[in-house]
Amino acid sequence: MDFREIANVEYLNQGDFACPGCAAGLSMRHALKVLGDETVIVMPASCWSIIAGGLPTTALQVPLMHVPFATAAAVASGVKNAFREKGEPKKNVVCWAGDGGTFDIGLQAISGAAERREDIIYVCYDNEAYMNTGIQRSSATPPGAWTTTTPTGNPLIFEKKDMFNIIASHNPAYVATTTIAFPDDFYAKFEKAKNAKGFRFIHLLSSCPPGWRIDSKDSVSAMRLAVETGIFVMMEKEGEQEIKVTYKPEKFKPVREYFKLQGRYKHLDEETINVIQERINKRLKKLNLL
Amino acid sequence: MQKDMLLGSEAIAEGVKLARPKIIPAYPITPQTHIIEVLSEMTANGELDATFIRVESELSAAAAAMGASQAGVRTFTATSSHGLALMHEVLHWIVGARLPVVLVNANRAIGSPWNIWTDQTDSMTQRDLGWLQVYCETAQEALDTILQAFYIAEKIQLPFMVMIDGFILSHTLEEVLIPSQDEADEFLPPYKPEYFLDTNNPMSFGAAAKGDIFYLLRKSIEETMEGSFDYIDEAHKRFEKIFKRRYGLIDTYLLDDAEIVFVVAGALVGTTKVAIDTLRKNNVKAGLLKIRYFRPFPKKEIVEALKGDKKVVVFNKAVSFGSSGQITQEIKEAFYYEDKKPVLYDYVLSLGGKEVFVENIVDLANNLDNLDKFKILWRE
Ligand SMILES: Cc1ncc(C[n+]2csc(CCOP(=O)(O)OP(=O)(O)O)c2C)c(N)n1
Ligand code: SF4
Ligand SMILES: [Mg+2]
Repeated sequence: MDFREIANVEYLNQGDFACPGCAAGLSMRHALKVLGDETVIVMPASCWSIIAGGLPTTALQVPLMHVPFATAAAVASGVKNAFREKGEPKKNVVCWAGDGGTFDIGLQAISGAAERREDIIYVCYDNEAYMNTGIQRSSATPPGAWTTTTPTGNPLIFEKKDMFNIIASHNPAYVATTTIAFPDDFYAKFEKAKNAKGFRFIHLLSSCPPGWRIDSKDSVSAMRLAVETGIFVMMEKEGEQEIKVTYKPEKFKPVREYFKLQGRYKHLDEETINVIQERINKRLKKLNLL
Repeated sequence: MQKDMLLGSEAIAEGVKLARPKIIPAYPITPQTHIIEVLSEMTANGELDATFIRVESELSAAAAAMGASQAGVRTFTATSSHGLALMHEVLHWIVGARLPVVLVNANRAIGSPWNIWTDQTDSMTQRDLGWLQVYCETAQEALDTILQAFYIAEKIQLPFMVMIDGFILSHTLEEVLIPSQDEADEFLPPYKPEYFLDTNNPMSFGAAAKGDIFYLLRKSIEETMEGSFDYIDEAHKRFEKIFKRRYGLIDTYLLDDAEIVFVVAGALVGTTKVAIDTLRKNNVKAGLLKIRYFRPFPKKEIVEALKGDKKVVVFNKAVSFGSSGQITQEIKEAFYYEDKKPVLYDYVLSLGGKEVFVENIVDLANNLDNLDKFKILWRE
């Protein structure tokens, strides 16, 4: 993607509270460039509750509503229906939530909103743990990863919850996975989500230097490696269409390279890495990527 | 104005319709269900121009109400018991966000064990939130209170909880005067909030606040509560002018010369009045104080009503374990600085729908001197 194609307008103010190298901040900046000023953000408890700035300041140039942890999709349903009642059905009502607020505590409200075909866009920036409370495990934490509540690594009996397919099984208008490390893919998917009508869901992989134990300069590289090793697959499903993988590297790199960059995986032995690699291969085969 | 025989739930739905809310998110629970069934029907057949959101839980009902209200439209929801408990976190947020949501709660016990019958545990345990609370005696009062609730809530930017006793009010037929839409519109103007989610004037709501700001915001809620008496009074006057029905913060029955006063909130008022008539026939000077507003708590009016040489029996349908009935607590507190305090009996009269008959109240009055005023009193 040519950076000159990126809109010159900024909806994320300077001086937000994201850590250096935080992909959650970067993702919001670019998402809003697509979504534009007819957008309202509904935000449950997460790192973003802090990134957005404290009263009386705000990091965003669009209306923002902070809401309790478990409630984003339900609040957004209320907001969207109210806009429709007011004769403003075109507003983008967007949930912006972490993986904890999406995979765990907020899941019921999301399922409800998706099943009701609420005309909202739900974005989950997935940094694979409860970062705001100090890096605790969520059901998005990958097997093997260190967190403060999985001090010896997230046990291999677990698998990261398959949010894409959970949402896809609700027959939404649009569901996709992407990451800002691939701006073409990211922009295209936000465009599609914006232009579709009904329940739309975007799952973003979102690196977090303190939580992933990486240097902030490696923040984007880590997300790129996640895609290039196949541990994170960028895909989408538009309405009734089949699931489509939107990016396939010429050759998948070994997941070891992705792990090597991150302190949260540094305790993994060869055997464990092989088990995880096997799982990745199995999934990639299932998706016809291997 | 039109007269009709209605179930309490239907009367409430009529009141809601007359208030013209735009969004009604709700989740079914006995004994609230009739209310939302009627409202669904009204929105489906176009009688009420609003969106009914069939959310998947009460947590989401409260959350969707919060969102709709923050978007700037009039919002109603109804629940009961476990539903109200499940809403608790969001009920706090609605107060903090200063959103004038109106909620009807059909009072019902909370488990364990399961019990669908009425007591006031559900709403009494939500008393510290910053929602206004009114307990209704009749279906007419419930209908009227809904219009008043929107009027007051929108003036002071605080949410309003209207209580009816489950089944006793919700499922009983009563003759009700239904205001015309014109009359209702005259009483309740359209909702025009000053601040809402506005893409032409973007701002953040609920952003993290440090202690100093947070403290001020909470203080302003209390100041609003204290100042709300003026708005409530104004609403009552306005209501009486248009509908010719008079309401107050409290109500009384044969109180002036009473030597024994029962303090009651909710539909139990009716039973107690009959008991008082029986007692009066036997030359026992009994009377009644009805608590209509529990939040804000009308201390001044209550002290005024109960002063003098009276024995006061407070009927609670909830209990704060390890302390006393919540209504008793409030009345005791109201009298703290008064020189002359009534003798107060703290009665937990009914929980989980335990029936209260006229004889129970009559017997109780005849045995007052044997009762221990230092303890919570329980029936056999
Ligand atoms: C009901 C409730 N439980 C717990 C919390 C504490 N809490 C706030 S943010 C958070 C973690 C959020 O994790 P995630 O959604 O992944 O977002 P992140 O912080 O990683 O950006 C937790 C547990 C809360 N605010 N509300
Ligand atoms: S802890 Fe992680 S997700 Fe949170 S602000 Fe910092 S980098 Fe971003
Ligand atoms: Mg997270």
